[in-house]
Amino acid sequence: MAKVEQRRGVSDETLREFFREMLLIRRFEEKVEERFRAGELPGFLHVGIGQEAIAVGVCRALADGDVIASTHRAHGHTLAKGTHPNELMAELYGKLEGCSHGYGGSMHLYDVERGNLGANAVVGGGLPAIVGAALAFKFRGEPRVAVAFFGDGATNIGTFHESLNLAQLWQVPAVFVCENNHWAESTPAKQHMPIEDLTRRAEAFGMKSLKVDGQDVEEVHRVAARALKHARDGKGPVFLLCETQRLVGHYIGDPQVYRDKEELNRLQETADPLELLREKLGLSDADYEALDQEVQELVDASVEFAKAGTDPKPEDALKNVYA
Amino acid sequence: MPELSYREAVRDALSRAMRADEDVFIMGEDIAEMGGSMGVTQGMLDEFGPERVRNTPISEMAIVGSGIGAAMQGMRPVVEVMYEDFLTISMEQIVNQAAKHRYMSGGQLKVPLTIRTQGGAGWSPGAQHAQQVEAWFVGVPGLKVVFASTPSDVRGLLWSAIYDDNPVVFFEHRTLYGLKEEVAEEIEPIPIGQARVHREGEDVTVVATGRLVHEALAAAEEAEQEGVSVEVVDPRTLQPLDEDAIVASVKKTNRCVVAHEAVTRMGFGAEVAAVVQQQAFDWLDAPVERVGAKFTPLPFAPVMEEYVVPHAKDVLEAIRKTVQRDGTS
Repeated sequence: MAKVEQRRGVSDETLREFFREMLLIRRFEEKVEERFRAGELPGFLHVGIGQEAIAVGVCRALADGDVIASTHRAHGHTLAKGTHPNELMAELYGKLEGCSHGYGGSMHLYDVERGNLGANAVVGGGLPAIVGAALAFKFRGEPRVAVAFFGDGATNIGTFHESLNLAQLWQVPAVFVCENNHWAESTPAKQHMPIEDLTRRAEAFGMKSLKVDGQDVEEVHRVAARALKHARDGKGPVFLLCETQRLVGHYIGDPQVYRDKEELNRLQETADPLELLREKLGLSDADYEALDQEVQELVDASVEFAKAGTDPKPEDALKNVYA
Repeated sequence: MPELSYREAVRDALSRAMRADEDVFIMGEDIAEMGGSMGVTQGMLDEFGPERVRNTPISEMAIVGSGIGAAMQGMRPVVEVMYEDFLTISMEQIVNQAAKHRYMSGGQLKVPLTIRTQGGAGWSPGAQHAQQVEAWFVGVPGLKVVFASTPSDVRGLLWSAIYDDNPVVFFEHRTLYGLKEEVAEEIEPIPIGQARVHREGEDVTVVATGRLVHEALAAAEEAEQEGVSVEVVDPRTLQPLDEDAIVASVKKTNRCVVAHEAVTRMGFGAEVAAVVQQQAFDWLDAPVERVGAKFTPLPFAPVMEEYVVPHAKDVLEAIRKTVQRDGTS
């Protein structure tokens, strides 16, 4: 048996699993983009290509029973939290087998059994509920943590400030994961934030704040584990700032007229978290191809599963309004 | 039979639920030491402690939103939004989050959250502390909306709201807090969606909510002197609405007045009028009359405030209009 090499607490084997999961997210989203352009997928879709390391790094550090709230850019978080690609793809096709049974769509992905309390299409909309979930865990003395994902754009909205203030005031076990991709849709950070270092926003509430390179899954995982431990140990909430890059447009089909093409090309060449990890792992081409083929097959199978899924009846729309 | 004020009745329902059930807790602005801006939660901090009677920052989005999160974990929070005017601040959380999580998740989640709030004119606070906004929430699928007008109703309905598995926006009327009534020793839960006939009559049905229930009852007394027999129906819950009770009453009386303190335009009475014309058109002997506030923000000067919101005399005038119509002409 090969010697397991430790890298700051994560074995090569684990890191390969991270890589495989990130690759699955990447290939899944590329497929989503392809099928959307082919006219098969309804709705409004946002992919997170370039941000996969955060979803995987954070979700792999979660314990059973921890919960997340996600954003409009939710495919990665949803897969990383354990939803099967079949259920996710079926949701994007609007099928009853989907993770939200066809009622949600890409911006409203739920999987409550696996601790996914829902993606939110209102920027910052999911943060207060994470404080409330964490409050419930504290009330009941359960060693669980509630985690909110959101972007830099969300740090300008009131729910962000109210939620961080309340979480810190009440010392609830919550972790606020800011995916700072430096864009609020098409608006660059310099046009929407008067400061550069977002940890200062959390520090204003007296909240413990950690910052990590969001393109390095190993680092994200290591720092997220620290944040989660802090919260779980009853030491209060943590703001986890992940510096990342959105290597695609805001939505599928976004021509990105607002973006410098040379800069984007440079980022695609230097900041792709999958390429960085592939290099770090020293994956041979053969190993890479094998992994790629494996996840491609999963993704292709998810499309087949989704297409063969059950269409809701129109009148199913009347269900689930009230409990 | 103990006598309780409307204020004490709300407190009684909250306290009994909290004694019976660890999952029930309350939070809001100034509700702990101060006992709430209306004194509703006075004494509760002493009994239940600061973990379950939680003062919050002035953060309506987080008050409602954290209530949503705790509710989704199976607790039964009762959050207080101090004035219904401030619901506007938490509107996103109520409308986009609380009302929709169950639906968007395809039925995976429940949000058993009660949002208590109060308002009402008659004390000249001006335009941002007394408006009546209940109708705004009736058009939001996923929410239930309650507006109770008596101590026994507010107690029994609040209990039902707390134990409902859906988000309930629970309206109280400020000027009713001192109203007293004998109530049963034990809480009698009132089903959400059941109207109450306050007074039976033969000639006109007045469908009234909140303070206007009492104005309608006063108007009915005066109408009686004029030989007009008035039935007063309080829907009590606006969503779901007990359409059957309203329609049955109108089919009996053949005339209908709707009355609420909120502005007439797009007020809850518009929905009632639509229900009545559709389900009892052939029984109507007169157009449905509408009583509500004039279409202005609430003014400050008492003489203007008094003029803008409806009173018993306005209900009486509407009653007269309906009976002056000869149904055979």
